[in-house]
Amino acid sequence: MEKFLTLTSTIVPLPIENVDTDQIIPARFLKATDKNGFGDNLFADWRYNKDGSPKADFVLNNSLYSGSILVAGKNFGSGSSREHAAWAIAGYGFKVVVSSFFADIFQNNALNNGVLPVVVSAEFLSEVFSAVNADSKVTLTVDLLNQTVTNNASGKSENFEINAYKKECLLNGLDDIDYLLSKRDMIEAYEQKIK
Amino acid sequence: MSSNNQTSSSAGPATLFDKIWDAHVVSSVENGPTQLYIDRHFCHEVTSPQAFNGLRARGLKVFRPDKTTMTADHNTPTIDQDQPVKDPISRNQLDTFARNASEFNMPLFYPLGHEKNGVVHIIGPENGFTQPGMTIVCGDSHTSTHGAFGAIAFGIGTSEVEMVLATQCILQTRPKTMRITFNGKLGKGVTAKDLALYMISKLTTGGATGYFVEYAGEAIRNMSMEERMTVCNLSIEMGARGGMIAPDETTFAYVNGREFAPKGEEWEQKLAYWKILKTDEGAKFDKELVFDAADIQPMITYGTNPGMGMGITESIPTLDQIDEAGRISFEKSLNYMGFQAGEKLEGKQIDFVFLGSCTNGRIEDFRIFANYVKGKKKADNVTAWLVPGSWKVEQQIREEGLLDILTEAGFKMRQPGCSACLAMNDDKVPAGKYAVSTSNRNFEGRQGPGARTILASPLVAAAAAITGRITDPRA
Ligand code: SF4
Repeated sequence: MEKFLTLTSTIVPLPIENVDTDQIIPARFLKATDKNGFGDNLFADWRYNKDGSPKADFVLNNSLYSGSILVAGKNFGSGSSREHAAWAIAGYGFKVVVSSFFADIFQNNALNNGVLPVVVSAEFLSEVFSAVNADSKVTLTVDLLNQTVTNNASGKSENFEINAYKKECLLNGLDDIDYLLSKRDMIEAYEQKIK
Repeated sequence: MSSNNQTSSSAGPATLFDKIWDAHVVSSVENGPTQLYIDRHFCHEVTSPQAFNGLRARGLKVFRPDKTTMTADHNTPTIDQDQPVKDPISRNQLDTFARNASEFNMPLFYPLGHEKNGVVHIIGPENGFTQPGMTIVCGDSHTSTHGAFGAIAFGIGTSEVEMVLATQCILQTRPKTMRITFNGKLGKGVTAKDLALYMISKLTTGGATGYFVEYAGEAIRNMSMEERMTVCNLSIEMGARGGMIAPDETTFAYVNGREFAPKGEEWEQKLAYWKILKTDEGAKFDKELVFDAADIQPMITYGTNPGMGMGITESIPTLDQIDEAGRISFEKSLNYMGFQAGEKLEGKQIDFVFLGSCTNGRIEDFRIFANYVKGKKKADNVTAWLVPGSWKVEQQIREEGLLDILTEAGFKMRQPGCSACLAMNDDKVPAGKYAVSTSNRNFEGRQGPGARTILASPLVAAAAAITGRITDPRA
């Protein structure tokens, strides 16, 4: 996994509440045998017409907006526990999702796949939406070490919470598997002990 | 959290769960989860391909290939298994599975048609992979089945499958513990499946969320291993992380002599250890529940989750018995099923019977079914799918003469697999049709789009197959 320290990026605004995993990645895309390509089907039903052509009014198809930070309405990622939702977000190229509330399992799945969920206040969230409305090139800065997120249009900052273990993982570019691999000696010692 | 991870053996009485968990802690992450060593990993074709890809991308080998058992089951046909698989998506998943097994040199690979092939939670125990005191995981929620042997067994996600393949460990937060005791004896015609459906109807589908459950009491002690597996299998349907039963002579007798079970001196050593695997007197659970086995009658479900169950002679609750917040989903559920609130279901005509799945696809389930239908005839209005859980079960059905009894009564047997339990293959119940099913989930569309599932025991399923109606098998 890539290390995550700070990120300043323009944003993709999705001011919709209760975006569930079925909308993030519809069930019919679950039969694949790899994690790749889910990014192409991220928000598929909002993003494409039946014939596969892009829907002009959906934000991912609007060239005004780009960047590796997705800013979404309250309660993002509810519904089924499918890890495919996180694969789709990461696969598309998002590194951060900002919202005022996340579903539990999505938050975990995102962290397991190197995507940082940042919980902000409702007020902060609505100011970001207003700012990007006024200027599509507005940027946010996410500083993981100090656990702050800054709206660079207003200069306003907020702190966000993250589990200390997960923070270590992201800062060092390690995921759970890397962490476990770094414990190889201990695993082998354990195996000797139980022999 | 780290204080939770201390070994409790030195700190007074411990539960069975504590003893096994503590024996598998490799390390504890500060302010984080526990690193747990996994003794046995089961793997199937649907949730594993991305995990093997992950290893490839990191340039890793499988750390302990002999600790992973691979079987194809979810997406497989139950007829003509010697022919090429027709559905291209299933075929691709099966081919990918085989490629991964060979590329990563996995020694325990049981593809379609292999004599050890079958539903993952059936082949584990019957080949002796599943043993007391183990930690067992699989990318499938019904992994709780293996807890019947006194093991910590639970389902995991695809990232975790990759962790196990890469390091034989996973990171887990310690769950809370619950003990459910069933005092007394089960009545005539009342089986382990009924006990489990009764319990889930009392607890509801979320009633054990966050807990690991130990089952205890006379009714559990009296059960065979097959029955215990049925009970532990269904733990997940009330939200539990897993369910377990302390090992005893019944357990040891079942495991002894199986191909992958310990032998000779190793057996003696293991046995001595297994005998201390029980909850100490005075050990504390976060929650305790007690039921009386004599209160249970044969059960059926009437709705679209496994918690919507009732005794076969009872009536569906009326609207005023449902709390207000739940009424909309209750009505939606009855609407899907085509039932009325307050209605009795005994005598209702049904269309399909499914005997099989990791809940009730074992030899004992076929014995019960065959014993009931012996000398009778299948109802003409019923399509019956009898799907053994594995080739070993299939063989035993033949050897014990059960196939003759079934054939005589107008039944055919299919080939092993998950089949209509999740209807990922062609075994789909048509929209609007009623299926009395021995599997574990009656969700909308689980057995096919629009299919209406009534969960029941193999005995209730047998009675329905003979009369073509929902029938009390005790009558
Ligand atoms: S039989 Fe059903 S519940 Fe069991 S492993 Fe197969 S699909 Fe899952």
